Order: sequence, then C-alpha cells, then structure tokens
Amino acid sequence: MFMRRSRCLRQVNRESRRAGNVASDTPTAIKPRHVIVASSASALTTELPDLLARHGARPQALVQILRELQALRGWLSRDSLHEVAAALGLTLAQVEGVAGFYRFFHTRPVGAYRILFSDNVTDRMLGAEALMADLCRRLGVAPGRIGADGLVSIDRTSCTGLCDQGPALLINHHHVVTRLDATRVAQLAGLIRARVPVPQWPSPWFEVQDNVRRADVLLGEPATPGAALATALARGPDAMLAEVKRSNLRGRGGAGFATGLKWELCRHAPGAEHVVVCNADEGEPGTFKDRVLLARRADAVFEGMTIAAHVIGARRGLVYLRGEYRFLLESLLAVLQRRRDTRLLGPAILGHEGFDFDIDIHVGAGAYVCGEESSLIESLEGKRGTPRIRPPFPVENGYLGHPTIVNNVETFCAAGHIALQGGAWWAGIGTPKSTGTKIHSVSGDCERPGLYEYPFGTRIGRILEDCGAQDTQAVQVGGPSGVCLSAFEFGRRIAFEDVPTTGAFMVFDRSRDMFEVARGFAHFFAHESCGFCTPCRVGTALVVKRMDKLAAGHGSRHDIDVLFELDKLMHTATHCGLGGTACNPLRDTILKFRPAYEQRLKSLYFEPGFDLDAELSIARRMTGRHDAGAYLENPP
Amino acid sequence: MTDDTGAVGRSFSLDGEDLPFNPGETILQAATRAGRYIPHLCWHPDFTEHGSCRICSVKVNGRAGAACTVHAAAGLDVQSNTEELNAHRKTLLQMLFVEGNHFCPSCEKSGNCLLQATAYQMGMEGPHFEEFYPDRPVDASHPDILLDFNRCILCELCVRASRDVDGKNVFAIGGHGIGTHLLVNSESGRLADTTMTLADRAASICPVGVILPKRRGFVIPIGQRRFDARSVSEQVEGNAP
Repeated sequence: MFMRRSRCLRQVNRESRRAGNVASDTPTAIKPRHVIVASSASALTTELPDLLARHGARPQALVQILRELQALRGWLSRDSLHEVAAALGLTLAQVEGVAGFYRFFHTRPVGAYRILFSDNVTDRMLGAEALMADLCRRLGVAPGRIGADGLVSIDRTSCTGLCDQGPALLINHHHVVTRLDATRVAQLAGLIRARVPVPQWPSPWFEVQDNVRRADVLLGEPATPGAALATALARGPDAMLAEVKRSNLRGRGGAGFATGLKWELCRHAPGAEHVVVCNADEGEPGTFKDRVLLARRADAVFEGMTIAAHVIGARRGLVYLRGEYRFLLESLLAVLQRRRDTRLLGPAILGHEGFDFDIDIHVGAGAYVCGEESSLIESLEGKRGTPRIRPPFPVENGYLGHPTIVNNVETFCAAGHIALQGGAWWAGIGTPKSTGTKIHSVSGDCERPGLYEYPFGTRIGRILEDCGAQDTQAVQVGGPSGVCLSAFEFGRRIAFEDVPTTGAFMVFDRSRDMFEVARGFAHFFAHESCGFCTPCRVGTALVVKRMDKLAAGHGSRHDIDVLFELDKLMHTATHCGLGGTACNPLRDTILKFRPAYEQRLKSLYFEPGFDLDAELSIARRMTGRHDAGAYLENPP
Repeated sequence: MTDDTGAVGRSFSLDGEDLPFNPGETILQAATRAGRYIPHLCWHPDFTEHGSCRICSVKVNGRAGAACTVHAAAGLDVQSNTEELNAHRKTLLQMLFVEGNHFCPSCEKSGNCLLQATAYQMGMEGPHFEEFYPDRPVDASHPDILLDFNRCILCELCVRASRDVDGKNVFAIGGHGIGTHLLVNSESGRLADTTMTLADRAASICPVGVILPKRRGFVIPIGQRRFDARSVSEQVEGNAP
C-alpha cells in the first residue's frame, strides 16, 4: 500500500504556533517574552527557582534543567552554571563538564536567533551548503560566529532527521524549517532582520510531512489505544514474555539483541525498582522513522512501553527524545495525558490493582553517542553521555542502578502488535532469523523519499525500485555506522544475517562523489565522538585530517594505507560500539569506490600534508621578492 | 585447569601461561599481582577501573577487550604480548603523543613519565601521525603546583584521586571529542582558588607531566629517574611476590 502524500499535518506545529511568542522549553514554563530581548534581571532571579522546583532540584535532572534554563536565557553563562551547581549540590566543574559535553548547550553568547543547518549528506546533496552561505551573506555573519549586534548565529549540526524533506534547519533548538530553498532563505533573512518572532513565521515552513510510502504492520491501521495492553494484561507477565520470546523479535536500534531475552534478564534481575526506557535518540544520520512513529503512532510506542513494564515489573518509564525532535514534545505530552485520563497510565492501569506505571520524557541536547544505551542512561542521570563499562549491563544495573531495559521506538511498537496477534504470527513474517517487518527511512537520489516498511528479507533492489531510484551508484544502509553497498550488491537482502540496519537507507546516483560522501561521514564521527577513549577521540580526528588532505589534493597511497590502519585499530580498540564503527564508511568506500580516492592522489608515494611553495609565500611577502628564485624550482 | 584435588581451579591463561586470580579481579589486576606486565596508562592499582586509554587492550577468547575492565574468569584464554596487539598499542601511544605536546627532552617529568616509559617499552620511535599542537594556557596560579594541560592524556586519575581520596573534587572533565579537556573546579577556573595542596593524592598521581610540583625542577638528574634504571615491565615483574 502506497500513500503518496502525508495526510496528517502535524498537531504539534499547530500547537506551537498557537502558543505564540514562546521561547521556553516546557509547556509549564510558558512565559510570553520577546524573542530578542534577554530576560530582565528580576525575571532571572525567579526563573531558576521555578525551574528547579519543577524538577525537584534533583542532580539527575541536570541536563533537563540546563536545557530549560538555556531556553529562557539564550545561553549558559558561567554565573548561570554556578547558580545551577549551588542549587543541585554539584561542583561548578561538574556542571561545566556536562554543559560542555552536549552540542546544543552554549557556554558562550549566541545570537537571539540560533540557526543550525542540518549537515547530513542528504541535506548537502539538496544544496544546504550554498543556502547556508547565502543566509550568512545576507545577515552578515560567519558560520559559528555571532554578529556584533547579537542578532543571529548560524552553524551546522548533525542530521536533524528530516532527510526526506531537506534541506532543513533547526532554530533555537526548538523549531524546524523544512524544504529550504533560495526564496525561503531570502524571506527568512528578512524576518530575522525585522526581528519577527519565530512562531510568527509562515506556518508552511514548519510543516513536517510523514511521507509514509509503504505501510505494513507498524505503519498500517493503528490498533485502538489500550487494546494491546488489555490483551497483555489478560495474558499475564509470564505468558506475555513467552509470546515476545516466541516472536523472535530483535531490537530495532541496530544491535539486534533478542528483545524477549532482554526483558527476561531484566525481569529476573534483583532490584527494588525496575525501569523501562524508550530510546528515541534517533541520531544515526539518514534515520527518521522514529520521528514519524512518535508523530503518528505515539500511542503504540507508549503502549509497548507499558506492556514491557507489566512484564518486567516496572513502575517508571522514560522516553529519551533527541533534542532535534523537541518540536514533538507537546504532542507527546498530550498523548501521555490522554492515556492517564483513560487509565492506560498511572495507578491501577485498566483497573489492574498493583500495576502502576507512568512515563516521563527527557529531552536530549545534541549528542549522537547517547543513542548507545549506557550513554543514554548516563545522560538520563544528568551526566556527560559517556558509555559505561559493561558488564554490568543495564538489564542488571541501569538507570540509577536499577535493572533497566532500553528498547528502540520501533521495538516497542512491535511489542504491542505481538501482544495482540501473538508471537507465532510475528515469527511467520520475515525470515527465521529476522522476524517481522522493518521500517526504512529512504532519502537521497530517488523520486519518492520517505518511509518504507517491508518484511525482513526484502532485496535492496526492490526498495530502490519502489522509491524511484535511477542510475544508482551506492546505498548507505544503516547510516554512516552501517554498510555502503555498490550496484553488484543490490541483490542482497535486509536481514540481521545479511544486511542489518538501523533503518537508514541513503541513495546515491552516479553523479555523486563517494569520496565526498565518506569525508562527510568522517567529519560527523569526529564531531560526535564523546572523547572518552583514545582510539575514537584521536582516531576520528586523524581520519578527518587524512580525508581533508586527500580532498586538498595532497594525498598519496601512503595516506590510504594509514586510513586502513586506523580502521583496523578502531574496530578492535574502542570503548564502545559507536567508535568501533566510525571507519565503516571509509573502509567500504575505499574498497568499493577506490577510483574516487585514487583520482585525488598526487603521487603514489608519500606526500607531506602541506604545500611547500605556499609556505614560502610569507617569506616572499616579507622580502618583497617575486623573482623566479623566490619560488621552488620544480614545484611538485 | 584442575588442581591436585581434581577441583576446578581459579585460573586463566595469559599468553599461554596459567595465572591464578581472586574473585572480582580484572585481568590486569590478576596479571600485575602475578608479576606479568600488560601495558597500561589510565589504570592504577589503587583506583577503580576506567578503560579510557585502551593501551591494555587484549584478546579474550579471541574478542577484543580492555584488560583493566574485563573480569578474570576460569578458563579464559587471554592474548596480550602479541605482535598485533603491541602494534595497536604503539599506534595508540602515537595518537596520545600527537594529541598533546609531549616534548620529552624539555619536560620535567621525563624519566618519571609512564607515557614515555610505555612508548619505549612498545618500541615507539616516532610520532607517525601529524601533531595537533594544542595551545591550552598553562595554569601557574597555585603557589606550589603547576598545571600544563597540553600534556593531558585524559586518564582521569587526578579526577578520581581528588574525588575519592582527597574528597575535594578539584578536577573534572569538560568538552567532547578532540576538544575534551581537564577542568579545575573553582569560580575562576584556576588552581589557586581551590583547596588543593601538595600533600593531596591528586598532586602526585599524574602519570604524565600535567600536575607538577613547583621549584623542584630537575632536582633528580635525568638518567637517575624512576624508569631510567628499570623499564616499566621490569618494575611490574620485579614487584611480584
């Protein structure tokens, strides 16, 4: 079933527009405030106590408190950090360490309008770089700098999950503008110069389309809220767990761990409390399926979490919503409230005495590594999102030390369908090792980008045909940390045993330079490295240096050998899996698209990373010499 | 392995040699206690495992892991002193050398530096990669202690010592990626405005030349320092019971 156009204009945009002149981060903190002028001194003295009170002044809420405080004050001054530290009983350096970790926190002044262009390769393929340069020129600011008038700052950010409707940008870590073009950029510059508050900008700019192109189980007709939960409650926790195990459902976040086993380990782990966490930190570039599930199927996500809570005996649920999806928060909170009102959340769910469960939403602040479950838990606890040493695994020792399951948005959706229709039914879809369906976020060079849901076992070529891809050179499946497939591999199938995926499917036709694709991914990993372990922190930066050297035309075969060497080391020596995959796009493209690299080599032997003759230019300027003797005789 | 009574003993294999271990010990703890050297930087016997430098990377039953974080278990087959793993270690050391400013001949820590000693041990002869040359201001504000942040390898031993032993929380980690750096906890961000003293454990824990006592430069001549007499591996082997 193909749906040509999205039918659902997002509720949240209407809501946020209605909310008017809002710059604050939570619905309870809504205060009309001119978007340009910083809060007055008297407001500064009251806003933090209000904010702290809402979070119970818990140090675990540090990331949320910083996020909301920044939404009020524009940036986080040292004085602000000090206030927060004193109120939470933390040291200033601890708070500074957390503020400095997340890409969306500003510890230096930024413009009243903070514009971040999504910097995924798909955005660049749609012309994002030129549009950003145009906006910078029109507003008279350099990327990453703030203008003298403090009006605007413009920079890049990692993929914002709007690849099917890019180029996209994020404003003030809240609103998104999709489908940018030259006209939109010109108007946008005018609105900023006229200091028009963001919520008063043309509403079609904020429209986020769902673009569901092929629906199967998960994107098909939704079940009535509560139906799956009632079935699960009637089954009882043991029988429900047995159904999940029978389904052979594997985690949709990429690693593919057996969901039933994870739930079982957690259920049997000793602890005063058990916790259900939904990983909605969809940071893998090119992935946007969870955004659509959260917009269209929020009930199914929360219902899956509630079923999991019933199985493992949890009272507390947390959704880790990536900061880029902040615009979804109000609609998600509304769904949660509706579920409480209909006794699908809260005490004695569906009249089931003793089954109490509720869900909070934690909004991230820009950190790809927090998609790794132990980093995500650290972040939920208000810390730097550094991966933990494992074991112990979260199922034994997770959020605040409690046994915790962390599952992907799509996994929870699947659990609801398994509750309704049984594990055997689910296991009958897909392949024996990869059961059920999988949603793909298709973007790049194709006629119909959007979401495509297929049973596991579907050929790559089938997806390319359905999305209208022509003259395809390569597909990056599973995002930069996944695999890059070239045309001779399009007969391979999506499955854990063949081509596993997080759900990203980026298409590149023959006009694209695969070296530049890989170089973009290299910059992404260096930008997103958490900095904890040596091989990822230094290795990703060294890869960027080599790739930039090749791009500048100073490369030699030696540089390619060094890239291979770094890839090998990073695959075995990093602290977490994300660092281990950082060189995947590099290795794949060197192996499969070697000419894209070799055409950049200056020689087959060693080349220094600098241009010797160019280095002499300073000496020439100082001595005023421009005779032949002042230049290298035989420039290499 | 089985002992004389036929019971399964608590031992694992390190490079083909059986080593005993106590319950709860990591591979690195058990190896060090037995006088077997596994190269390491961020690990210290007095502190909990950290796992950031990755120099102690080994193969455990064929899978990569850090010897400082993987717990010893009966029957494990651990490979450490192999050509491949030592080559990886050398590359990791080269990464740390180019990331910071490590000019051994002019560094007061030379001869007492674990980074330098481990690099000698692994046969590192040059940086291999292009240097980053960080330019982080030195903190000379404290009357007795100098901080040169350009040599930091982010092992967090000072963070741990100040927090867990001294109870002062003088240090923390800030930034991310290649910009990750050591922070000093005071309103000014300077060491002079902390309660740190030379007697603190944190003042003597740094394995490299970041935290240095003032006015003691080259009191012990180069050539007569800790690692000048015996290599780092000989010291681990010599300390075994």
